[in-house]
Amino acid sequence: MNKSLKTVKPYTKQSLITYVMLIAVFVVTLILRGSGNMSYMMQDLLVPLCVYAILAVSLNLTVGILGELSLGQAGFMCIGAYSGALFSNLMEEAIPEAAIRYPIALVFGGVLAAIFGILIGIPVLRLKGDYLAIVTLAFGEIIKNICASVYLGRDAEGFHVSIKSVSDMNMASDGEMLINGALGINGTPKDSSYEIAFIILLLTVVIAYNFVNSRTGRAVMSIRDNRIAAESIGINITKYKLITFGLTAFLAGVAGVIYSHNFSTLQAVKFDYNMSILVLVFVVLGGIGSIRGSVIAAVVLTLIPELLRETIGNYRMLFYAIILIGMMLITSNKNIKDKLSGIFKKNKKGEVQ
Amino acid sequence: MGLLSNLINGISLGSIYAVIALGYTMVYGIAKMLNFAHGDVIMIGAYVVYLTSVRAGLHPLIAVVVSMLACTILGITIEKIAYKPLRQSTSLAVLITAIGVSYFLQNMALAIFGANPINFTSVVSVPAIKLFDGQIVISGEASTAIVVSLIIVIALSIFIKKTKSGKAMLAVSEDKGAAQLMGINVNQTISLTFAIGSALAAVAGALYCSAYPILSNTTGAMPGIKAFTAAVFGGIGSIPGAMIGGILIGVIEILGKAYISTQLADAIVFGVLIVILMVKPTGILGKKTSEKV
Repeated sequence: MNKSLKTVKPYTKQSLITYVMLIAVFVVTLILRGSGNMSYMMQDLLVPLCVYAILAVSLNLTVGILGELSLGQAGFMCIGAYSGALFSNLMEEAIPEAAIRYPIALVFGGVLAAIFGILIGIPVLRLKGDYLAIVTLAFGEIIKNICASVYLGRDAEGFHVSIKSVSDMNMASDGEMLINGALGINGTPKDSSYEIAFIILLLTVVIAYNFVNSRTGRAVMSIRDNRIAAESIGINITKYKLITFGLTAFLAGVAGVIYSHNFSTLQAVKFDYNMSILVLVFVVLGGIGSIRGSVIAAVVLTLIPELLRETIGNYRMLFYAIILIGMMLITSNKNIKDKLSGIFKKNKKGEVQ
Repeated sequence: MGLLSNLINGISLGSIYAVIALGYTMVYGIAKMLNFAHGDVIMIGAYVVYLTSVRAGLHPLIAVVVSMLACTILGITIEKIAYKPLRQSTSLAVLITAIGVSYFLQNMALAIFGANPINFTSVVSVPAIKLFDGQIVISGEASTAIVVSLIIVIALSIFIKKTKSGKAMLAVSEDKGAAQLMGINVNQTISLTFAIGSALAAVAGALYCSAYPILSNTTGAMPGIKAFTAAVFGGIGSIPGAMIGGILIGVIEILGKAYISTQLADAIVFGVLIVILMVKPTGILGKKTSEKV
């Protein structure tokens, strides 16, 4: 046993630890829920926790592996959520079986988000650093605003679209509203469950680890470490940037579909830049480039405010902000870090967790 | 006539954005960081104006001065506690800290003032100007915003070009290490930048809430983002760029609201930003830097 563990590559070991950890947590939560030892609030949080973890892992591919700052995660999530919910609503009669409809909705939402990601990525990825951040933020806001102002309905004559108002659509009075402007989409089937969300989270983590450890992933990391050197050995920068950006968008879109099928109402306002910032915070606090860290940070940082709700109520977000600033000061300031390094064991450099 | 009055409204809103954008641009130029909390300093400034002018009954002008002082102290404190310890770390770490500060300010305001928005009383007592026999009315708030922001931009440009501390700011933004070797106190210069930026945010807060009189703990967020867009638009780091960017953003937003769709006005603003950055990646007045191997 001991011998066989030694022959395992350190990278595979890291990913195995993460899988075991995830499955252990999953089993424990299932037992807790099954035995009735979990509050309703926690039960409602299980799916969102998976969604945030998927978002964090997917953004980590762009921020940690590619090394580009993107604040458009909410936009891709919005595309996934809207297209997935719309698909499910339209197909509810044609495909009554949720076990078939839901996976198609997941893939549909993800692919559409990926297409948008690549279309946006082609012009945007030429920019760097803070400029890229602001442009991706701008794209996210544009997507949110467009989704919030579209009216789409269906009646006997077919589809009616407007960006102004319900009356502008010229729809028959017996028609069905599909997207109701700022009110969003109503009546999406609640297909998401904790089990499905967890399986997709696990798949996301597997995809992320394998991506990082692949030929493509190494090419992407070489671009991050030195763009000019990578280009000089013949790596096609644009191609690899687009692959990463597209994958991030795809996974964010899938997370959006899970999100939209967890509640029966969906409004675009949810997907504003604060959502993107929230996910970025998960990635940075979890450790840039660390996939396991992203999952842990997403779970812990979503739970902290919720658990604080019971004890300090209105002051919980204030407390959260102080924790956030404190964490950044501790982890990023050299002096404070050196003082604490005796207490906490340091990670070996260069190891992806 | 409708177009003209919309244009004037746009310029006035844009002037307020410009004043906010100046804070962003100066801090970015010198500390090379996105101060995400800048928008929330505006909100705090507006609350201070509200407290001193409406609650304590002081003259609006005095209230604005008090608010400028309060925001200056706030800005310097934020810089000392949250940003200074991170000066050597990655820009992403500083960005997250700035987001933390932004959350902190928003939720502190929420805890103190509650979730209900406050009806802000205008601090401007300038009469409205009527043109073309009353066909176009420029409100006192609009004309004040334009005049005040013009004065600020001119004064700031003179300050940076002519005074010793202004030149120190230029030097620090050019090369921190070299500036230090020349005997410039870099820490003091950065503090001064935050002080000026925050004082301007207080002015912007008073102007913005006079024109759009609803004040809550998230009031500063959207103008903050728009002003940052304006700063990028005009070329981040450039003071005239911030003015041009701010006014363009304001005009596009108001015209978009008036002629296309209220819902989509923000989308149009951001769309134009993207087009500008695609054509000129460093903004309208931004300097181009080439990358060395």
